[in-house]
Amino acid sequence: MGVIRRAGMFVLQVNPILCDGFGHCAELAPELVHLDEWGYPIISHEPVPMADIGAYESARYAERGCPRQALHVAKVNAPAAITNVAMTPQKPVSRGRRPL
Amino acid sequence: MIAPRTLPRLFAGATNRPLSLADHEEMFKPTGHVTSLRDELDASGLIGRGGAGFPTTRKVELLSHQRGHKFVVVNGMEGEPAAHKDNRLLSTNPHLVLDGAEMLATMIGASRIAICVARDNPTVVNHVERAIHERARRNLRGPGIDLHTPPWRYVAGEESALVHWLDDNESLPQYRPGRPHILRIGRGPTLVDNAETCANVGLIGRYGAEWFRTLGTHDHPGSAVVSVTGAVTRPNVLEVNVGTPLSTILATAGADPNPQAVLLGGYGGAWLRGDQINTPYCNESLSAFSLSVGAGVIAVLPRQACGVAEAHRVVRWMAHESARQCGPCAFGLPALAEDLLAVVRGGRDGVEAIARLRDRCNVIEGRGACRHPDGVVRFVRSSIDVFAADIDNHLRGAPCAGARSNQRFLTVPALEHEEDLIWE
Repeated sequence: MGVIRRAGMFVLQVNPILCDGFGHCAELAPELVHLDEWGYPIISHEPVPMADIGAYESARYAERGCPRQALHVAKVNAPAAITNVAMTPQKPVSRGRRPL
Repeated sequence: MIAPRTLPRLFAGATNRPLSLADHEEMFKPTGHVTSLRDELDASGLIGRGGAGFPTTRKVELLSHQRGHKFVVVNGMEGEPAAHKDNRLLSTNPHLVLDGAEMLATMIGASRIAICVARDNPTVVNHVERAIHERARRNLRGPGIDLHTPPWRYVAGEESALVHWLDDNESLPQYRPGRPHILRIGRGPTLVDNAETCANVGLIGRYGAEWFRTLGTHDHPGSAVVSVTGAVTRPNVLEVNVGTPLSTILATAGADPNPQAVLLGGYGGAWLRGDQINTPYCNESLSAFSLSVGAGVIAVLPRQACGVAEAHRVVRWMAHESARQCGPCAFGLPALAEDLLAVVRGGRDGVEAIARLRDRCNVIEGRGACRHPDGVVRFVRSSIDVFAADIDNHLRGAPCAGARSNQRFLTVPALEHEEDLIWE
């Protein structure tokens, strides 16, 4: 079930006005963030698939670890990356109350 | 009524005093066949004259779906030091601009109009104030018009900075993660349009889209107001037909007939080489050289000038005008200016600097909250390309005569001390 939730893409966004170049994000998410010569983050605008759990986790770490709270993990509504989920037929899961 | 296919349009009936409301209404009599403003604006294909070239009708469309207490902001800030078109327009016919703003307000259902003129231009402020008073006596209904006078800064004319000033008295650009982003004053959605765009809307609302399209090209209709500076007999503001060859415009302005290069679009724009000045002045033709009309600045650089030295002066000033909010802009632009200085001085430092300059351009691009750093990067890149031969001479230790002389051609304001910059 966890795999279904990870369909889709995300982008790590930085608010350049808030960012003061502490550089924590480059420590916490080295696969997503590089620092320029002045210590400010360079982040790719390319969406990363949610299925890349390591990248997503470190993006979340960077988001929470930013001392200026300048980072934001944005979910992108791109055509969902098809993982091996759709192959097996699944029972519809009802959330909340069951219909009477 | 102004006959179709004639110029001047926006400057029709212009004298050295602003037109009074009665004279203005006499000069620009509506023909009365315009029934739906929105349809006419759609059909006219008007693109914004502030620099970005965004279709006005798309903005209006976006805002008309919003709810709340809406605002129309007329941007007459004239951030470019080489441009004078908004000032000229507001001091020859402020009523046309206000008419356009009122039409935009009707289209989106806005209840207030804010017209913004930099307080460093007291004459223009006076003219606009007087025009607003004249109208207040005439019509009591309709949206209320307020005059606002933010301090003049290069980025203060950027739309989010302007809205920030109106909202919170700070001329600083805002962070807008998703585009299109709706700017707000308080909670009210805000439509920001350049003064020239508003004046054009005023014409379209009177005479219709068909009349408007009799000038200009298919994708870029209408007339354009250009400010010609640099190596000209007299810096001037002209209204031209979009699609006129640039050489004709330069000849009308009395410019150097054989320039080294021409800067188009303002200090965030790019250079056109002197041998390409027969290109028509419209976005379709200029996009082949990855240029655009921008804010209507045409700055002529003569043969005896040193392009690199001029570029350095401009970039140094642009770096100084950064709002210093975003790191890549606050630190990157001064670094670009230093690199350009090293190139002007030449030698081994210059060789290193030119390689570093390209890398830094790639690093800085697209990383500010507003487009200020992107504009500077575009200007630097185009300077490196267009003045490549000159740069080679500088690096070989044989700088051109222009670099050794003290003659400079582009208008760059004096640098103020950093603590003296007024942002609110």
